[in-house]
Amino acid sequence: MIPRHFAIAMSVLLIALLGLSLYAWHMRTVAVSLPAASTDTRPLAPPVAGPTERVTLFVAHDNDGSLRAEAAQIPLPSGRQQRAEELLRALLSLYLDKSSPHALGSGAEVRSVFLVDPGVAVIDLNSAFADTHRSGVLVEELTVASLIHTISANTPDILKVKILVDGKERDTLAGHADLSAFYDVTAVNQLATQLRSGP
Amino acid sequence: MRWTSRSRSAGVPPAVRGASRPPGMGIPIVKAWALIFICIFICICICAVVVSGAPPEKHLSVYSVAANYSLPLVQREGRDYVGLLEVLEPLGKVSAKSDSRGWRLRYNNVEGDFQVGNTHARVQGRDADLGGKFLEENNRGLVPVTSLGSLLPRFLGGPATLHEGSGRLFIGSVATHFTASLSGDNPPRLIFHFTAPVNPRVATEPGALRMTFSREPLVAPASPTLTFGNKAIPSAIYSEGSGTAVVTVNAAIPVIASFSRDGRTVTISPASTLVAAGALSQTPNSSASATPPPAPAQPTPATSAAEPAPVAPARRYFAVVDASHGGDDHGETLSNTLLEKDVTVALARSLRQELESRGIPTLVLRDSDANLSVDQRAIFANADHAAIYIALHAASSGHGVRVYTALLPWGSDDRGTFLSWSTAQHAALPLSQSAANAVAAEMQRRQIPVRTLTAPLRPLNNVIGAAIAVEVAPQGSDSSQLTAPDYQQLVTSAVATAIAATRDQLGGAMRSEP
Repeated sequence: MIPRHFAIAMSVLLIALLGLSLYAWHMRTVAVSLPAASTDTRPLAPPVAGPTERVTLFVAHDNDGSLRAEAAQIPLPSGRQQRAEELLRALLSLYLDKSSPHALGSGAEVRSVFLVDPGVAVIDLNSAFADTHRSGVLVEELTVASLIHTISANTPDILKVKILVDGKERDTLAGHADLSAFYDVTAVNQLATQLRSGP
Repeated sequence: MRWTSRSRSAGVPPAVRGASRPPGMGIPIVKAWALIFICIFICICICAVVVSGAPPEKHLSVYSVAANYSLPLVQREGRDYVGLLEVLEPLGKVSAKSDSRGWRLRYNNVEGDFQVGNTHARVQGRDADLGGKFLEENNRGLVPVTSLGSLLPRFLGGPATLHEGSGRLFIGSVATHFTASLSGDNPPRLIFHFTAPVNPRVATEPGALRMTFSREPLVAPASPTLTFGNKAIPSAIYSEGSGTAVVTVNAAIPVIASFSRDGRTVTISPASTLVAAGALSQTPNSSASATPPPAPAQPTPATSAAEPAPVAPARRYFAVVDASHGGDDHGETLSNTLLEKDVTVALARSLRQELESRGIPTLVLRDSDANLSVDQRAIFANADHAAIYIALHAASSGHGVRVYTALLPWGSDDRGTFLSWSTAQHAALPLSQSAANAVAAEMQRRQIPVRTLTAPLRPLNNVIGAAIAVEVAPQGSDSSQLTAPDYQQLVTSAVATAIAATRDQLGGAMRSEP
């Protein structure tokens, strides 16, 4: 003989199960009947909101193999690491422009920048950046010097910089510029001085 | 019963046996024998024709410090194969054994494992691409000849350069180089200077004199065709094939060859001049081997001008020239048909010729399309204790020449006398900058656009001596100028002149090294 209270409990549970099933079926029907929203890729806002700041970008110019300082007004976040990322993204936007003085391959991006104390910066590029980069000693070192000098000139206390590609170490950028070691910022700044003077 | 009948027939004389046969049977037997003889004769003729028409057996000529030797090649899988044990045997202590785990070779202390049918081998635990299947025949390990250029350095610890088309293999720095210059005499004389004594087979024919070098590790000059702008002796052509190198001198007049400086100089002169002077050492129209005279002849002014100065002990190179990239690493694609790795080899050969003509012993690290890692390049340069390491690059962007010294990476992890590999260049950097400035000054003097820069370019930072890199770009926008012999020589002669000018400074540093 099944106890009465046990039979009542089981009945209530069965009714609840039936009710929830009917509700789920109803929700599914409603979801299917709704029109699928098309994906809107238009930007709704600038990548970084906030007041713009005046920064100096060191832009490579292939025509005379020089590195030139160019002032730019870009919105910068408050975080030190995010600022470094935005600086390099602003620099890359120049290089990806149609009238670029130092063209990079399409799809080239800075994935992220990590600032590690004491004085270490790690720039993580995407694989398209390296894979589509033109080969040559000067053209590769212009890119490297441009990235490192821009970040070190606008972000104090960086002593050494490591460049990764897709989060991994890589021997060279495109067959010449060494990416296997940490760059000494002082040495790169001296190189930038040489490059700023042009041929 | 059969035994009985056989014994009976055996006891009968052949003539009687033939006579006992039915009439007419003797003639078919004679015809049968005649038919057999004719068939044998035809077979022999066919064999003779086939053998005489067969391609000659291919050989690999191997040149090394230990020995020069020749090995037969076999055709397997549509490519040339050679016995690896036979290649290494004259060079050192080598043994091989075959068991269920494969074919194993031990050369001195280096071990290699090879699997039959596998296109890769393991040498000292590292993967090595053979470019074709490994084969084993009668316990003999066969490897594709094309793999020797990359495989042998793993065993030998030094460079091995394969000239695949001609079947010539150079182990270590054994190559004999030469320069050719036309004297201003009338009639003119063509003077060849060789970096080692040579004894070629000389043959003359109407319009040409041919020197065939079968024992000498002679290598090509910067350009295989040398033109002299003279009607009597307009040009000389270097070619290779069948394990030999051939220099053909084109001449509009009968010429003969004479030897001097213990066979290091060969002078091609008009036949009448030498006969009149009584200095005949090689008769025209002869194809006999010419033996260099035992006593050196009086050096000509041209000879003494190019006399190598003893700047370094024997077999120690003053300059190491590195043709960057190679093998799978193409470098920059300069045009649809032009790769940086090919231009750098041509530049390296040209620079070697220019340096050696100034009496500077030079080693070219890559003289073929071989794979060499940057670490290997630095190791070779450091092991030779050369006074200067010169890496050559080519580029389509920019104008003129860029001369680089090392941009050293962060930090130095030196421990007493043990130097950090990544900053090994540190102590020699002032010397490198001095050499780079000298090269730039010479370029400017020749009105070639030039810049000196530092660059994060390996292996400059790993070399313990003076080290520079020279990147050559066209003077205009046409990349094909990079292959023009005139432009290559303009650049390399400027580099060589600058190195020769700083020889004392660089040589002093070289001598002070341990």
